[in-house]
Amino acid sequence: MAAGVLSGVRQVLRGPRLVSAVFSCHGQTLSSASAAVKSAPDTGENVRWDLMKPYLFGSRLDIDIIDLEQTAEHLQRALNFTAHVAYRSGIILFVSRRRQFSQLIETTARECGEYAHTRYWKGGLLTNAPIQYSPGVRLPDLIVFFSTLNNVFQQHVGIRDAAKMNIPTVGIVDSNCNPSLIAYPVPGNDDTPVAMEMYCRLFKMTINRAKDKRRGLTF
Amino acid sequence: MFLVWCILLLNNQAKNSYEAILHDISGQASKEIQCDQNFCLFATPTRFYFMDRPPFRRANKLGLPVRQIYVSSSLWKKNLAAAGPQKFTQEFIDKQVEEFEVGKRHLANMMEEDPETFTQEDIDRSIAYLFPSGLFEKRARPFMKHPEEIFPKQTAIQWDAKGRPFHFLFYTGKQSYYSLLHDVYEKILAIERHQDKMRNKGLFTSDTKQILLTGSRWLLKEEIEENLVENISDQDYMRLIQLMEKLLSMPYCSLEKEFILKFRKQLEVQSSKYEIPALQYDPQGVAFSVADGRRKTAKASITLRDSGSGNITINGRNYLHYFPVLQNRVQLMFPLLFVGMMGRFDIEGSVEGSGHSAQAGALRLAISRALLSFVSEGEVEKMRQAGLLTADPRIRERKKP
Repeated sequence: MAAGVLSGVRQVLRGPRLVSAVFSCHGQTLSSASAAVKSAPDTGENVRWDLMKPYLFGSRLDIDIIDLEQTAEHLQRALNFTAHVAYRSGIILFVSRRRQFSQLIETTARECGEYAHTRYWKGGLLTNAPIQYSPGVRLPDLIVFFSTLNNVFQQHVGIRDAAKMNIPTVGIVDSNCNPSLIAYPVPGNDDTPVAMEMYCRLFKMTINRAKDKRRGLTF
Repeated sequence: MFLVWCILLLNNQAKNSYEAILHDISGQASKEIQCDQNFCLFATPTRFYFMDRPPFRRANKLGLPVRQIYVSSSLWKKNLAAAGPQKFTQEFIDKQVEEFEVGKRHLANMMEEDPETFTQEDIDRSIAYLFPSGLFEKRARPFMKHPEEIFPKQTAIQWDAKGRPFHFLFYTGKQSYYSLLHDVYEKILAIERHQDKMRNKGLFTSDTKQILLTGSRWLLKEEIEENLVENISDQDYMRLIQLMEKLLSMPYCSLEKEFILKFRKQLEVQSSKYEIPALQYDPQGVAFSVADGRRKTAKASITLRDSGSGNITINGRNYLHYFPVLQNRVQLMFPLLFVGMMGRFDIEGSVEGSGHSAQAGALRLAISRALLSFVSEGEVEKMRQAGLLTADPRIRERKKP
């Protein structure tokens, strides 16, 4: 199924590893075996964000299936933008509040020479920067959210703050996330390690290639 | 210049704030004059006013009269509290280090010792000799120490010329702390991979060399803050300790032994602080030890001789004559009673000063100290816990109206 969807998309996205990006498990249903089966009356919440509807095929066995062709387009746009920012020596900040991927994202950031914030987000980090850091600090030019939710399944504060400070954002939006304030949303799964590793690999590759091009080396 | 170093011990901060205040006062006066001068020159070029307000009416653009509000000097005062802790530049610190080294050599020359092998203890000794001070507070006495120990460690500017921060976790706010957590977790993962490799080879054993943790404690939150040059909260500290404990719980944790020991502080064994008087021998071969003790203003000196029969002589007289009061004799006998060596020793003591009770207390301390050389390690700890080795710090309180 994955192969059929991906025909006509870039070389790098083809492969069996993308299969896990197709299925989206919702945040609070991750950890237990009854994860896939959750009933709205029990939780009392609507777990799918309506704005995500255009990006989904629908749901099967209570798991939302994302349309990968749209994902591929959005991902290409996002990576292109990231490449341009990196080419112009912009500061890129990776943000995620998923504790299982915190180590991976920090390592990715270190390897591409960019910055990461996978810890508790203090209130005025972007909006009150001269006080929180030192006067004369330079804010990030792009913020990449590997998961737009925080640990209590609410939207990450960084999205709203980045919008306030006119900082463009790229975000992997799952079906229970709000894609409105994000400049380059990428509908996709943010739960599985395989998907996360793929995204990290892609962003690292893009940034490294952009920087190499800047330095005049061919890739 | 090194004398400045020695004498300018105290409150660098107090000194600087005093200077700042002086500067401010002079600054104020000049500002007032300047203000008036400029104002006057602008308004009436022909007249010159000095410290007086000119008697004319100003008008704004609309032609309406405007009352000039005179700015007070409190607005010009530098808000010293808001400036935060004093920041030292790296060049300043380097200059101080250079001056310290030069001063150290001068001091060695003055004390007629070799400048090459002049250690910090020698410096302390020389300063105590050259500047004797009777101040009780040890930290108020003159000292000469390396600038690293005096100036608190500070964070330098965190980013380069283009504005890009150096550290990849800069935007978290607590870069050193989170980077430390990242490293610890990295080590945990590395050890897990090592374990898996050993399991694959079939060499996995649970009884590997464990790190010795007895006699040491985890560094306190303040000590870690000092190391990281950052403030961390209690929860952060607990999280760090949890991660370290997790690291320690793994079978192959001995791979990261030095890393873990960096976060442990050795506890000094309390009883080893006491210096045990050396056991000396008579020409007859009888062992004896000499010790001193003090209480209030009384000073006592005791010679404890082995193979005796429990005779106690103080200032040449028998203790029964010297201390008619039972309480004082009990004080003398208590150390021997405690270790169970009542009839074994002959005690010869001399005491002077204060009253009979204080003299008895001084003698008791001296006997306990002399006993240390006849007694085992465990007994020393027991004596310490019984309070026999602690000098009583109580002195007479001064008279108040």
